[in-house]
Amino acid sequence: MSGIPHDHYEPKSGGAKWLESRLPVLSLIYDTLVIPTPKNLNWMWIWGIVLTFTLVLQIITGVVLVMHYTPQVDLAFASVEHIMRDVNAGHMIRYVHANGASLFFVAVYFHIFRGLYYGSYKAPREVTWIIGMLIYLLMMATGFLGYVLPWGQMSFHGTAVITGLFGAIPFIGESIQTWLLGASAVGQPALNRFFSLHYLLPFLIAGLVIVHIWAFHSTGNNNPTGVEVRRGSKEEAEKDTLPFWPYFVIKDLFALAVILVVFAAVVGFMPNYLGHPDNYLEANALATPSHIVPEWYFLPFYAILRAFTADVWAVQFANWISFGIIDAKFFGVLAMFGAIIVIALAPWLDTSTVRSGRYRPMFKWWFALLAIDFIVLMWAGAMPAEPPYSIIALTGATYWFAYFLVILPLLGVIERPTARPATIEEDFNAHYGKSTDKSAE
Amino acid sequence: MFRKLTLTAAVALGLSATAALAAGEAHIEDFDFSFEGPFGSYDQMQLQRGLQIYTEVCAACHGLKYVAIRNLADEGGPALPEDQVRAYAARIEVIDAATGEPRPAIPADKFPESALAEAPDLSLMAKARAGFHGPYGTGLNQLFKGMGGAEYIASLMAGYEEAPECAPADFPGSYNSAFANGGYPEECKDEDGKHTVPGSWIAMPQPLYGDDVVFADGHDADLHHVSQDIAAFLMWAAEPKLDARKEAGFLGVLFLILLSVLLHQTNKRLWAPHKVAAKKSA
Repeated sequence: MSGIPHDHYEPKSGGAKWLESRLPVLSLIYDTLVIPTPKNLNWMWIWGIVLTFTLVLQIITGVVLVMHYTPQVDLAFASVEHIMRDVNAGHMIRYVHANGASLFFVAVYFHIFRGLYYGSYKAPREVTWIIGMLIYLLMMATGFLGYVLPWGQMSFHGTAVITGLFGAIPFIGESIQTWLLGASAVGQPALNRFFSLHYLLPFLIAGLVIVHIWAFHSTGNNNPTGVEVRRGSKEEAEKDTLPFWPYFVIKDLFALAVILVVFAAVVGFMPNYLGHPDNYLEANALATPSHIVPEWYFLPFYAILRAFTADVWAVQFANWISFGIIDAKFFGVLAMFGAIIVIALAPWLDTSTVRSGRYRPMFKWWFALLAIDFIVLMWAGAMPAEPPYSIIALTGATYWFAYFLVILPLLGVIERPTARPATIEEDFNAHYGKSTDKSAE
Repeated sequence: MFRKLTLTAAVALGLSATAALAAGEAHIEDFDFSFEGPFGSYDQMQLQRGLQIYTEVCAACHGLKYVAIRNLADEGGPALPEDQVRAYAARIEVIDAATGEPRPAIPADKFPESALAEAPDLSLMAKARAGFHGPYGTGLNQLFKGMGGAEYIASLMAGYEEAPECAPADFPGSYNSAFANGGYPEECKDEDGKHTVPGSWIAMPQPLYGDDVVFADGHDADLHHVSQDIAAFLMWAAEPKLDARKEAGFLGVLFLILLSVLLHQTNKRLWAPHKVAAKKSA
């Protein structure tokens, strides 16, 4: 399974041999658990476990919520209140599920930015990266669909706005929007199908997660140096790696427990902090909230969507060259999806042969700026679409594209990387040798 | 984690964000409620006073359709004795779902819906309004003060003031300095279209003036107090499991901290030989 040489499972007992010759599930579990893992992984490599845990948490709490929820426009809102008031521990289950979505996105953003900094997307891990981006897209779809289900004001009018994005596609947009909603406006058909899909997509995510893990177990993990594990022999590989169990399982579980302390505090003490008060009003087609704001995890891309207004020269140019087919609204939609697509294309946009940002003196600064840009866009997305926020959003959106389309390709050519350690073992030894020197001083 | 992110964003953009606070903001006073902060819980007596205000004043027009009358007996709520809850229910008339006939309510029934079509249901009002958004729109002050829904309601109750002079005498509604979403006369805007007085004109006439109710426990019933009492009651109506939730949160945090410490020690011990070997070879 793995390219890194390691021990393989040998069935000893008669029962194990019997099962192994029919279904090698024991060796699959063994190989997965003892997979050689670079021993220099730092704390940014814990998010995978957090994400896996959160997916399971969301599926379990979600299945319980479905037992008490009614996907009918006149009853949905009341059924959520029934969960909050009458179902045993229902208020906790719902708050865990609602905030679990936020935990999911916090973790996935750290996970993605980890990959972007340490060059985890580069050969030979492009397939892992692409599958990861598909998972992220499905997560966004699932998050959006789930937000619709309580059938509050934000659910309803958010649905109108988000499906309206597809309506901006020239010629066929309106038909697509009607097809998505199952009607010309948001109503019962939309609620029913969104409920169905919200239940389905997490299982697709789970399937893709397995493929994601399979992919990086085939190539081996990246690590903070970006230097590959030596694979000449098992002995050599063992100098660079430690088995996943118990070393990384325990380390990841420790990190998970710390993160869950924060999560429990949010759920217990301020479960509505990341929500929107308007969603505690039942959906009403006749009263539109004064500003419709998506959930925080969509805000950076929502800011990019709104940044490209008709007075931006790029929009005017696109409009002119397409004979008016691309208007500002469609341009915004293209920009929003484009902003996600450029992340997926990072393996081919980054021309540097050095994987880890640690050894790329110029890249480091541009990357830091990208991380700040992401937070600025998130903030700008929550603000009204007027100056100065619109200018900040446009600047942020421009940098986002510039980073992927201009800076990443150029840096590989002009940057002079610093010296990398020859092996992971060298990095690991240098790190612990150095840190103990410091504590001795 | 996200708190940290937004905090960074707020700090990074502190200078450019000040304009968000301009234009027609309503005035929300920061009351100290017993249920604020991680250790806050409802004040049972205050909830009972709030229930009295709701029953004698609000219920004339407004409903509480998601709240069951039996919940009045709940621990972590008004905690009325069972017989009082039955007696309270008997005074309310509901339409029986099976017969379609009116009958006296029983504790298992919900509170009636709003009697007046334009009066919104109050079950979730305290969560459907956020009094606090700052600083810079991040809402971070909610960590210390709560969402501000209860503050919003209390401020609204106490926010009825004499209409400012700029407004025409026949402008519809009542002026309220805490209400942001009502009508607003052109005469009270400056040349840039910005509001010169806080709040707006609300359709609901002033419901509470102080001394509207006589509390059995002899508690002060001035406007400031009744405003807070009704706000606390509506907060409970919106979030009846708040006490249980905070208790669960507290236990969860304690348990997970303990688990973190144990896992940290396990992890340290597990990795120690490899780190020692690394030190020797370096």
